[in-house]
Amino acid sequence: MATIDLVQVRKTYANGVDAVKGIDLAVADGELIVLLGPSGCGKSTLLRMVAGLETITGGEVRIDGARVNDKEPAARDIAMVFQNYALYPHMRVYDNMAYGLRNRRMPKAEIDRRVRAAAETLGLAELLDRRPRQLSGGQRQRVAMGRAIVREPKAFLFDEPLSNLDAKLRGQVRVEIKRLQRRLATTSLYVTHDQVEAMTLADRLVVMNQGAAEQIGTPDEVYSRPASLFVAGFIGSPAMNIVEGALEPGGARVRLGGADGPALALDGPRGAAAGRALKVGIRPEHLVASSNGPLALAIELVENLGADALLYGRVPGGAALVARADGGAPHKAGETLRLDVAPRHVHLFDAASGRRLDG
Amino acid sequence: MVENRPFVTVFSHLTLIVGIGIVCLPLWIAFVASTHDVSRMFQSPAPFWPGTHLVENYLAVLRSGIGQSANAPVGTMLINSLIMALVIAIGKISISIVSAYAIVYFRFPFRMGFFWIIFVTLMLPVEVRIMPTYEVVAGLGMIDTYAGLTIPLIASATATFLFRQFFLTVPDELAEAARIDGAGPLRFFRDILLPLSKTNIAALFVIQFIYGWNQYLWPLLVSTKESYYTVVMGISRMVNVVDAAPTWNLVMATAVLGLVPPVIVVLVMQRWFVKGLVESEK
Repeated sequence: MATIDLVQVRKTYANGVDAVKGIDLAVADGELIVLLGPSGCGKSTLLRMVAGLETITGGEVRIDGARVNDKEPAARDIAMVFQNYALYPHMRVYDNMAYGLRNRRMPKAEIDRRVRAAAETLGLAELLDRRPRQLSGGQRQRVAMGRAIVREPKAFLFDEPLSNLDAKLRGQVRVEIKRLQRRLATTSLYVTHDQVEAMTLADRLVVMNQGAAEQIGTPDEVYSRPASLFVAGFIGSPAMNIVEGALEPGGARVRLGGADGPALALDGPRGAAAGRALKVGIRPEHLVASSNGPLALAIELVENLGADALLYGRVPGGAALVARADGGAPHKAGETLRLDVAPRHVHLFDAASGRRLDG
Repeated sequence: MVENRPFVTVFSHLTLIVGIGIVCLPLWIAFVASTHDVSRMFQSPAPFWPGTHLVENYLAVLRSGIGQSANAPVGTMLINSLIMALVIAIGKISISIVSAYAIVYFRFPFRMGFFWIIFVTLMLPVEVRIMPTYEVVAGLGMIDTYAGLTIPLIASATATFLFRQFFLTVPDELAEAARIDGAGPLRFFRDILLPLSKTNIAALFVIQFIYGWNQYLWPLLVSTKESYYTVVMGISRMVNVVDAAPTWNLVMATAVLGLVPPVIVVLVMQRWFVKGLVESEK
């Protein structure tokens, strides 16, 4: 139980590379924060700085209000789950979980009680005498979790804990992690590059790009009001359509593509952005068929995914769009389909800065 | 081979049998020679089947040596060899595992420099630096001591290098997990690195024990008293008798005795390092 505060945290390597460029984040007690971003965005470095495995070259990390920049990882009272689990190969499951407690000179009876309780919770009770190499990937993952929870630490740090599991197991363990974290109500930081994991697990997300936080918000906020072009393109699958656009006089409508492109209504006038180069973002799932919709999509390619189908095509003015339709819908390449989009689902971004433009 | 052709099976067995015969024949001859009396040794052809003097010959060399220039009992020599081989093997392993630990897991100034200094000494065999080493050992008054026999041979670049390579294959996350679990450097070394190195240690122990056991030139230089002779140099002294024919039956008995400890070490330890080769724990 603790809060974690990051104040302008920076990491600059000796060779001058800025891996993390000043992150501010306040994690509330019991909150699960997911750090999401493409590889090399600095999310793992940030997590490792909180863990104490990486030195902090600027700013401050506070756990429960106390500055921990110069504390050893063991003194920070955090527990970490690694991508490759990092179980001690020569120790039994029991000893793997007990090792951290023994090093803290906890009484034997208390260690035994905690290890058995954790094993019970995680369904490892039968496996306590096995060695890691005798376990399946999912079981190893649970041992790594067990090693973290027996410590009853102030915070859990997860470094891509699911990426070594196969897809089916990943879904299952994801739910287990969520349930466990809810029940223990332990403050957690979770690093991943998988947006599904991020959206389902997070109380709040930090979307990172090139060492900076592009947006911090709830999964819903990040999805429905992406703060930048990067977030817009990164969150959501299939990716958001992003096309050139220009405001109509008055700023209440935006025109896609060239001068003969279709104009879409906005949820509010954006007078301030008149004359600037804009990017318009529309999610494929928000393009809905409507007999008198403003967008006449000339379908070029249909990808049928079973549950739904992706329609690739162009609208007058040259803008290329992808729309998502029901799998059973009888759309064919060569047809023209009229689509509409609700004003609140039309996102505007400044083309130069990539930032969101709101009314 | 997975092929199932009788000819191939017969041929491969034949090759193996011939190979084993070639390796074992000299050992058999040595053993046979050690069971005859000295007069039989000088008749031609040399005996091919064991004689009747086995117990007598072995007791003789174990108790009293064989006279002439080699009076030390072989028993004493065996013990000296054993002490030397054990101290060298254990010493080499302990020193090199600690240096490899320092080089791999700690950041200190000139770390790579130290590594290269150790690495470069790989290229200098004992024989090249034997004179300066002798000078130092003599100056320190270590002639005719076990320390003099063993210490100069303990430093080992090979073992340091092998441990370094092994440590580099241990995932970094293991060290990080241990740090989070509150294990300091010493505890990490003792609880995690050492148990993981078990099979490497076993393999190195075998190699270094045999290296120590087979040392010839160095013990010849530093031991002047018979009570510090080792088996390997003892055998050579037995052969170099003055004004008489060597008592080959006793020399061979000593050679067979000198063979036994390394064979035992290999037999006992091979289970371990074969295991280490077969199953990977990482």
